[in-house]
Amino acid sequence: MASTSSRSYTEMAGRAALYAILLLFALYFLAPLFVMIITSIKPMAEIRTGTLISLPKAPTFEPWLKAWGTATIGVANEGIKGFFMNSLRIAIPAVLISTLIGALNGYVLSKWKFRGSDTFFAMLLLGCFIPFQVILLPMARTLGVLGISGTVSGLVLVHTVYGLAFTTLFFRNFYVGIPDELVNAAKIDGAGFWRIFWKIMLPVSKPIFMVTIIWQTTQIWNDFLFGVCFSTGDTQPVTVALNNLVNTSSAVKEYNVDMAAAIIAALPTLFVYFAAGKYFVRGLTAGAVKG
Amino acid sequence: MQSAERSYNPLTILENALPKLVVAPSFIAMMVFIYGFILWTVYISMSKSTFLPNYDFVGLVQYVKLWKIDRWYVACKNLLIYGGLFIGFCTVFGLLLAIFLDQKIRLEGAIRSIYLYPLSLSFVVTGTAWRWMLNPGLGLERLVREMGWESFSFDWLVNADMAIYTVVIAAVWQSTGFVMAMFLAGLRGIDSSIIKAAQVDGASLPRIYWKIIIPSLRPVFFGAFIILTHIAIKSFDLVVVLTRGGPGYSTDLPATFMYEYAFTRGRLALGASSATMMFMMVMALIVPYLYSELRSKKNG
Repeated sequence: MASTSSRSYTEMAGRAALYAILLLFALYFLAPLFVMIITSIKPMAEIRTGTLISLPKAPTFEPWLKAWGTATIGVANEGIKGFFMNSLRIAIPAVLISTLIGALNGYVLSKWKFRGSDTFFAMLLLGCFIPFQVILLPMARTLGVLGISGTVSGLVLVHTVYGLAFTTLFFRNFYVGIPDELVNAAKIDGAGFWRIFWKIMLPVSKPIFMVTIIWQTTQIWNDFLFGVCFSTGDTQPVTVALNNLVNTSSAVKEYNVDMAAAIIAALPTLFVYFAAGKYFVRGLTAGAVKG
Repeated sequence: MQSAERSYNPLTILENALPKLVVAPSFIAMMVFIYGFILWTVYISMSKSTFLPNYDFVGLVQYVKLWKIDRWYVACKNLLIYGGLFIGFCTVFGLLLAIFLDQKIRLEGAIRSIYLYPLSLSFVVTGTAWRWMLNPGLGLERLVREMGWESFSFDWLVNADMAIYTVVIAAVWQSTGFVMAMFLAGLRGIDSSIIKAAQVDGASLPRIYWKIIIPSLRPVFFGAFIILTHIAIKSFDLVVVLTRGGPGYSTDLPATFMYEYAFTRGRLALGASSATMMFMMVMALIVPYLYSELRSKKNG
């Protein structure tokens, strides 16, 4: 590398331009979040007279309290908190169940292959890509027949079933990278299916569990399509409630409450992203970029 | 299979069948919830169903009807406009940002986190934010006017001819970071000795990128294209929140059309035929892609 002193003038100018462009894009990506935050702590009077980026003169947390506890969504005046809890009650079981089954599937499809297992995997892989519109109508009927349409359990089932393809894909691709010799040696030593999974696979699986759990959490928390099709009234997830809040045509539009509700709905996935961004990105690019 | 001795001990038989037993529930779920349901939808799309499923077979009548509906035609046209621009902008911005970030930038990690965080937000939240910023009364229009450009007008959100472009703006904001991450991973995977050799030969940096590096990223372009197209065809939430398909039905996409007909209007067969059309669009794209991926993995 050339030292700074020997760098030519044009090279320095080029570097400055590079940083300027990167900074400009950073502002572009941050702007909506910034606007949302400052809007959410402005009183409506300031919103009507100010601009998008004018800072709040009298910051208030009223909109946050209202969005959380008293805003009118649908027929109730209880804010977004109940719907937030619905999303938790949907996401937690669905993420755990689909991840565990995915781990076992991935283990079988990589280390205990049988005739037809590759075909099964290919069919499952195709399942990752179907547009969900093509299963919405039969799913709605099936939930009705099972007596769980419009319930939290119904949504847990839907998210678990349609998450399986991805969780299996993640674990299978990860476990393929673990040497077969390790597993074969354990088989010769008399270790069985569960023992090998427990003693050899699980101890090295932390990263792929992180990737899968984060992927599933983000997918399920952010889902809108299943939520809007398969839930009603007080079982709706937070995304559907947010849409109902933002899209109601009430006389007075409270933008600050809308923004506070949007940030509340986004907080869990934002938190996951900032706490474990490395795994988040790995999940996104898994399968997309070949190593 | 592996062992020569065959044992008829029930425990051993169970042990041998265990892997199959473990995946059996998933296999059944897949056959029912994915493939069975697809067949059901395809069948309904060829039936007389309206509010309730009706299993009288009528062939392709519903598809003929579907393509005569102006709203479906608008939805497909919108998908072409929106999809094309979305893919184009995401790819260009994503590639540029990846190349810029790959120049031994200080604070690269922090900048990358900023570019990527929109991905963790749902399209519902993204739509809410942009709906507020693009609203003609108090949003960007007001901001620019206050800054001195009094006649500035920006009413795309409520303008039937332009509203589809606001969907593009919001979607590009959300997904560019993803494409950047893909390209960055691709760039980091390129053998640096090739670049050094070209530099020794006196090639300029832009030329090296244009002639050597970008062409070698072809698989990444391909992968990004597949994923972005897939996102575009499935786009639903963003339109619902941002424009509700409006003004009128000027920003409808196939996914919102399907929801409207199948769930709001209760026209099951038409909804199912539009869903089947979407399914066929995705399959026309994905099946060749997966086929080539799986093949190249076997050979490689």
